[in-house]
Amino acid sequence: MQFTLKPGRVTGQVPFACAILAVMFAAVSVACKKNDGPGVKPGDTAPTPIQWKKPAHFPDPVYDVGRNPLTREGVELGRFLFYDGILSRTNQIGCGTCHQQEAAFTHHGHELSHGVDDLLGTRNSPSIQNLAWNPSFFWDGGVHDLDLVPFNPIENPVEMDETVKNVIAKLQSTPLATAKMPVDYPLMFKKAFGDEQITSERMMKALSQFMVSLVSAESRYDYYRMGDQSALSVDEQRGMTIFRSKCGSCHAGELFTDYSFRNNGLIPSGANDQGRFGITANPADRYKFKVPSLRNVGLTAPYMHDGRYHSLQEVLDHYSDSIHPSTTLDSALIRPGQKPGISLTATEKQSIIAFLSTLSDEQFIRNKQFSDPGVGTNF
Amino acid sequence: MLAAVVGMLMLASCESEAQGPVPSTGDKGALTIEFDNIVGDKNLVLGGGASTNGAGEDFVITKFNYYVSNIKLLRADGTSYVVPQDSSYFLIMENKKESQFVRLKNIPAGTYTGLEFMLGVDSLRNTMPIERRTGVLDPGGSMMEDGMYWAWNSGYIFLKMEGTSSKGNPVNSKFYYHIGLFGGYSTRTVNNTRIVKLGFGGLKADVTTSKTPEVHLFADVQKVFKGPGINLSIGQYNSVMSQQPQVTAQIADNYTQMFSVDHIH
Repeated sequence: MQFTLKPGRVTGQVPFACAILAVMFAAVSVACKKNDGPGVKPGDTAPTPIQWKKPAHFPDPVYDVGRNPLTREGVELGRFLFYDGILSRTNQIGCGTCHQQEAAFTHHGHELSHGVDDLLGTRNSPSIQNLAWNPSFFWDGGVHDLDLVPFNPIENPVEMDETVKNVIAKLQSTPLATAKMPVDYPLMFKKAFGDEQITSERMMKALSQFMVSLVSAESRYDYYRMGDQSALSVDEQRGMTIFRSKCGSCHAGELFTDYSFRNNGLIPSGANDQGRFGITANPADRYKFKVPSLRNVGLTAPYMHDGRYHSLQEVLDHYSDSIHPSTTLDSALIRPGQKPGISLTATEKQSIIAFLSTLSDEQFIRNKQFSDPGVGTNF
Repeated sequence: MLAAVVGMLMLASCESEAQGPVPSTGDKGALTIEFDNIVGDKNLVLGGGASTNGAGEDFVITKFNYYVSNIKLLRADGTSYVVPQDSSYFLIMENKKESQFVRLKNIPAGTYTGLEFMLGVDSLRNTMPIERRTGVLDPGGSMMEDGMYWAWNSGYIFLKMEGTSSKGNPVNSKFYYHIGLFGGYSTRTVNNTRIVKLGFGGLKADVTTSKTPEVHLFADVQKVFKGPGINLSIGQYNSVMSQQPQVTAQIADNYTQMFSVDHIH
């Protein structure tokens, strides 16, 4: 049994609201035989370019799509690789295992995630969304290039515990009759890159193409931002104003983060994770973690680098009342003459939470183009 | 910061490229550098007999790998030939004999009296896109058997030395020295890239169209332990990786001095 790609519609210029859908039209079906057109051998045609467009109100992306132009076949290969447990030592854990679409590509309900053999990590699974704008990756910013990101979870002993070299060997020997879905990866690489050769560069670029296509920019907030005043209620708009004055210095801009590393006053947990310090070894970086984007934050509980808070109410209560002072505490949380924190009333917190819920992007979490094609596993 | 690093590297690079007229004949030849790893006066044998380091501790080496890059061949008149950078990355592995012979081709014919190389992978290459990380630099390639790349703290490990000792860690008697850190991408870290410059003394390497000289270098593990940086004690440091940057810098200062020219034939 083999799957084939059915050609999708191709659009040229698209308005903002359709931009995300235009990123990928490749529809996949499982078929029992090849159904490419008569006389056309699979993979003989050049991959179909996709025009990647940034949402109008977003800044310019950091990722250079010119170096890795998106194609329908490349994104589709990336989607299969993203979900396929073949990336792990046990063939059970895919990227999508801990980055689930319905939770905006986080591990819903998991403070920490469990990888191969149910081994537990030390950090909460971050959202895979709008990565094209990230200047660095992971909670500690240890990786600076999206194309180098997958090496980390693949080789982490408590995540996928595999080597990229071995993944490539396994991909080369597909399709496997015993697989949940016998995907012909050499054929997919040929369709995406011109021949069947599988290299780490091609594998990572396909994964990047898929991840770059995961753009969330169609929340109610975005419609408001683009001119639809009715998209937010009066209370939500009030929440937005409070949010911008109380939280916006770090959760700045349209991505709701300035991508900086800050100590936000969490009491170090048993793991004593020192965050950015682990990368720079600079004592000034102790207990600093990356400011996360708040897009889809209503869908990505639990919160913080170790998932210690289960609701946005708990998060706001932390900022108002539970800041743990230390030498590297962020200056934005220091109040002269008072204990550190952010001054927030109960009503203000409710308004902020109401506003944050408008950042949820239902189209993003339901878009079938981003979904598991049938190779993945959820635990 | 990065821009500054890049800028400096490019300046350094341009300066090198500009050096030295190409010999008028235009003839090309080849030159081989052998990296022969030793322990004091003995050949290095992985898992072999025990030796004693500068701190008086017993040790047996089980792994010894390092990157050599950015090779430059020096002439007596002060000019030099710079090996094209994309072809100038080598991973020397004690358990892989072939890797210990660095074969340089398309060398301008002439007499060379010394060489210069980087031990490690230059800062700029550590920041390059994946398509510029081929061969021994492939983060997912063959080198992953020995893991000479930190996937979680993106950067190459320049030198990896592991072994066993009665002073090793109490769990398995092992010691681990993984020395990397290229200076940081957006935040400055320790920079452990090191330049090694070796004169051939009275010896010469004559490259002609028909003769391929072989420069036989020794790399002495004893000098990784003891050198100008630190007299490294396994008992004090049974594991040195990215979290002890100052110690890694001291070890890098040591191993910069571990090479010597034994002979040329």
